[in-house]
Amino acid sequence: MVGEIDPVIINLTVFVLAIFVGYHVVWNVTPALHTPLMSVTNAISGIILVGAMLAAGPAETDWGVWLGAAAVTLAAINVFGGFLVSQRMLEMFKKKDKKGNV
Amino acid sequence: MSANMVALAYLVASVFFILALKGLSSPESARRGNLFGMVGMAIAVATTLTLTQNWVLILSCIAVGGIIGAIVAQRVQMTAMPELVAFMHSLVGLAAVFIAIAAVNNPVSFGLPETLPAGSKLELFLGTFIGAMTWSGSVIAFLKLSGRMSGTPVVFTGQHMINLLLAIIMIGFGLWFFFTETTNWTAFIAMTAIAFILGFLIIIPIGGADMPVVISMLNSYSGWAAAGIGFSLGNPMLIIAGSLVGSSGAILSYIMCKAMNRPFLSVILGGFGSDGGTVAADSSGEQKTYRSGSAEDAAFLMGNADSVIIVPGYGLAVARAQHAVKELAEMLHEKGVNVRFAIHPVAGRMPGHMNVLLAEAEIPYEQVLEMEEINSDFANTDVVLVLGANDVVNPAANVPGSPIYGMPILDAHKARTVMVVKRSMAVGYAGLDNDLFYMDKTMMIFGDAKKVVENMVKAV
Repeated sequence: MVGEIDPVIINLTVFVLAIFVGYHVVWNVTPALHTPLMSVTNAISGIILVGAMLAAGPAETDWGVWLGAAAVTLAAINVFGGFLVSQRMLEMFKKKDKKGNV
Repeated sequence: MSANMVALAYLVASVFFILALKGLSSPESARRGNLFGMVGMAIAVATTLTLTQNWVLILSCIAVGGIIGAIVAQRVQMTAMPELVAFMHSLVGLAAVFIAIAAVNNPVSFGLPETLPAGSKLELFLGTFIGAMTWSGSVIAFLKLSGRMSGTPVVFTGQHMINLLLAIIMIGFGLWFFFTETTNWTAFIAMTAIAFILGFLIIIPIGGADMPVVISMLNSYSGWAAAGIGFSLGNPMLIIAGSLVGSSGAILSYIMCKAMNRPFLSVILGGFGSDGGTVAADSSGEQKTYRSGSAEDAAFLMGNADSVIIVPGYGLAVARAQHAVKELAEMLHEKGVNVRFAIHPVAGRMPGHMNVLLAEAEIPYEQVLEMEEINSDFANTDVVLVLGANDVVNPAANVPGSPIYGMPILDAHKARTVMVVKRSMAVGYAGLDNDLFYMDKTMMIFGDAKKVVENMVKAV
């Protein structure tokens, strides 16, 4: 082999392996929890927040920064909304004992 | 923080995301899983913050978004979960587009060279158009699910040709953007605009009951959009998190399609059930007769049964009858009746929709069974109570030549007595008449699911 590996190839490696991990993990999710699965994955796709923060990051403020700030707000709604609504739903799936006290 | 430290922190966050999904394999570990997800996100955000300068701006934006998200999460009705999820997909899509535009505007802030290399352009192109389609598609899905737009498919001639043409034009602009040395804003904006339009056009022909597939598909898209942005920024954590979400959505779409026995492509091309009226009409050469009864009759029969299986469907969600159902189940249980719930994978408007509603009503999840677990028990069951479900209990699925032939159904027709709560004799989403309703052992109870069930509770 000659030369350095293009970072794109490394990213592609990560991508393919992550899909495999996702595939195996998600097949194990119980069907009863498919709705919480969607809201949790929703929150996780809010990871785009990281990209938004970088866009809003530079000190010299131009319109790109404002666009980034808007993206930060949108992604934050996703992250907080997604995790909190999942938590609310999953609380409902708690085992209840016969007397009704949780 | 050094670049290596950042990369390591991102790795830790990625592992937490995987653990979050792993936790969902059982209700006991699910809450811990969700917590792992939050920890992962906190690590990711805190680490990224060290790379930025506008802390005040960023933190206040996070606070605003966070408060909005928290309020929405707190207030949303469980019956409205599908809309909420569609709404949140749209946000991811729009954020992806904003980030991509910002990256084209100022590549340096993302650690990219001043003039974008070809590879980054391609990645930005992918991230943008997936993001744009996710946004507009999710907006339509949201409007349809929340009833602000009719759930009936919007079809017109040449629809697929127009979509194909637009897709080709979009790719054309993408190539133009790709091959221009400098930043070609015209091409980039035109491409983004077409992607927005495509998102609308692709979702409008898809009808209400196919929404479980659509919403899973958009879930998948939102993940791929995040992964696409991850590629542009050379950020493995975004790629990992995005791929996890992408494959999760893809698997859910697959499960939903399988549960309807329809190829994914046919669902996505849409138009299913739109010509349903005619299908129902031509089969009714002779007037078929059915038996209707009152909620009190039904309550009497159920009270004297040994075993009852309740089959909930979208009608239960619409009527918000889950709490009334729980009361009914409890009263029957006290009378010594074995009450269980049978859930079809596509019951409702999103994967797992019924399970969440029943869990909200505090029905123990041990009583709530999936199709494969319970289907063989119908034959030994005294009474089946179908609440606002139709196609998923249609025995036509066993008849070769029927449009839904081969779709796995709940074998409600095998029970000794069948009771169906429904608003009218109208056909279901597939536009098919349901022979279950005309069987000798079937009793139709017309009315709003919630009112009927409340009357049953009074009569038991």
